[in-house]
Amino acid sequence: MRAPDRPRQRARVAIVARTTTSYVLLIFLCALFLMPFIWMLGTSLKPDSEVTRVPLTLLGSRIEWKNYERMWNTFPFGRTIINGLIVATLGTLLCLASSGLAAYAFSKLHFRGRDRLFLLYLATLMIPQQALVIPLFLLMNALKWVNTYQAMILPWAFNAFGTFMLRQFFMSVPGEFSEAALMEGAGHFSILARIVAPLATAGFATLTVFTFIMYWNNFLWPMIIASRPEMFTFPVGLGVFQGQFGTVWNLMMAGAALSVVPAILIYALSQRYIVGGLTISGLGGR
Amino acid sequence: MSIINDLRSNGIRATSRRRGDAGIAFLFLLPNLSGFLVFLFLPILATLGLSLFNWPIIHPPKFIGLANFRQMFTADPAFGHVVVNTLVFVLAYVSVNVVIALAFAAWLTSIGPGSTLFRSLLYLPVLVTPVAVAMVWQWIYAPRFGLMNWALSLVGINGPNWLGSTDWAMPALVLMCVWQLFAQNMFIFVAGIQAVPATYYEAATIDGAGAARRFFHITLPMLSPVLFFGITMTLITSFQTFDQVFVLTLGGPGDATSIMGLYVYSNAFRFFRMGYGASVAVVLFALVMFVTLLQFWGQRKWVYYEST
Repeated sequence: MRAPDRPRQRARVAIVARTTTSYVLLIFLCALFLMPFIWMLGTSLKPDSEVTRVPLTLLGSRIEWKNYERMWNTFPFGRTIINGLIVATLGTLLCLASSGLAAYAFSKLHFRGRDRLFLLYLATLMIPQQALVIPLFLLMNALKWVNTYQAMILPWAFNAFGTFMLRQFFMSVPGEFSEAALMEGAGHFSILARIVAPLATAGFATLTVFTFIMYWNNFLWPMIIASRPEMFTFPVGLGVFQGQFGTVWNLMMAGAALSVVPAILIYALSQRYIVGGLTISGLGGR
Repeated sequence: MSIINDLRSNGIRATSRRRGDAGIAFLFLLPNLSGFLVFLFLPILATLGLSLFNWPIIHPPKFIGLANFRQMFTADPAFGHVVVNTLVFVLAYVSVNVVIALAFAAWLTSIGPGSTLFRSLLYLPVLVTPVAVAMVWQWIYAPRFGLMNWALSLVGINGPNWLGSTDWAMPALVLMCVWQLFAQNMFIFVAGIQAVPATYYEAATIDGAGAARRFFHITLPMLSPVLFFGITMTLITSFQTFDQVFVLTLGGPGDATSIMGLYVYSNAFRFFRMGYGASVAVVLFALVMFVTLLQFWGQRKWVYYEST
């Protein structure tokens, strides 16, 4: 009885040992991975005199919450956040509307050259932002749109990514539904609004998350087009703040910590859509 | 894109072809197409046109033909460094990113509970404003009070002045970018691995294949289309890297980390040489296109598409 049991028991011990090692190693690596954030928080709470004290410690002799107040008062971050929210919200709405219409045409309508045109759309993903910003700046300058919201929003609202993503979702809405509605005399716009879009809300939610983040974090273009501080978006404000107080590390880190809040918030609220969006774009490439 | 979807849309093809959707399709595409026209096609043409002009912003533009490109390749000593830096950055960043993302994807799909939590933690930096990330890493890389050199000193290594050294600034930039963004690929690869039918693994296990063999003979070939997608997208975006390098090093020290995405900006908006900036942008675009086409050409050799 005992002899045949022993190898099996040994195998079980080996599996438990391997699983435990795996978890311990993962937890260690994740902690290491998060160190920059931990270090950022620690520094942001240190008193001025202790920021560059050796040997390094994670926290100072006392927790200096005041640093956050100082950071907030030395730079008009509130205004940059409001600007960022306005730009990201309006830009996202515009992107959803234009991508939704285009995605419907690419998934539910039939016309000559449809798939070739869609490939051309996808090819525009190759165009670097840097290859566009010089003429865009000249255009906005000519329109007297420098330092305006529309200049920050319009250039990035029409992108192939949005059309691609919504098309992937629309494709999974069975054709029979729109077919039946067509038979009953419904127009394409009401089919999109009443049948396809409601069945693809996950697609719109996913695109909302990714577009919002894209606008919110965009740095190059707002930096070019916003020269007046009251038009700065959050990343631009942070960049200017760094230029002014670059060596006051505890205030710098407090500013950086400010940007982690929306990241956590967005992830907590929309984890499902982020994962879904990455999945569908990854598998859609097959 | 997949066959199932094509079959689905075939269902309404018969009726709608008779109706003719071209008119309505044009209306649906109009907002997006006009946006593309104004904010994408015209600007890219304008960039091409501008590259043929000498335009120091305070003077009127002067047509100079290909002189900008001639200057770039023969008379601008910085440009050669910038191209080499860009290629080094892209190669190092993309390969390290993909290898780490793949390793973590394979690892996290093999463990039981908790994998979602680990994935979420690793994804957090992706969402954080790159400007903020670069500020934090600037502090980490500080030579005397930085976390990095402190950690190295624990194992007896006397760390370099990361961002002040022409040898170490580029690796420092790559490390930071990989840290911030690899989880994006990790998520895509996890989805790809989870889409591999479990029966393949069961059959292989019965045949006595170990974990390594299963990875190299099942996971990797089945994942290759997703891998191709991830590599292509990462390549395209890495050529455009700007925010991180702008804040972390501004191309320095010297031009050790000056890459094309930054060089376009510096020429056009710091030195106000609009024409020259545009011509660098043209070379950048050509390079992205060339590398992407190379990818598509090369995929026939290693990407495995299921024939069903």
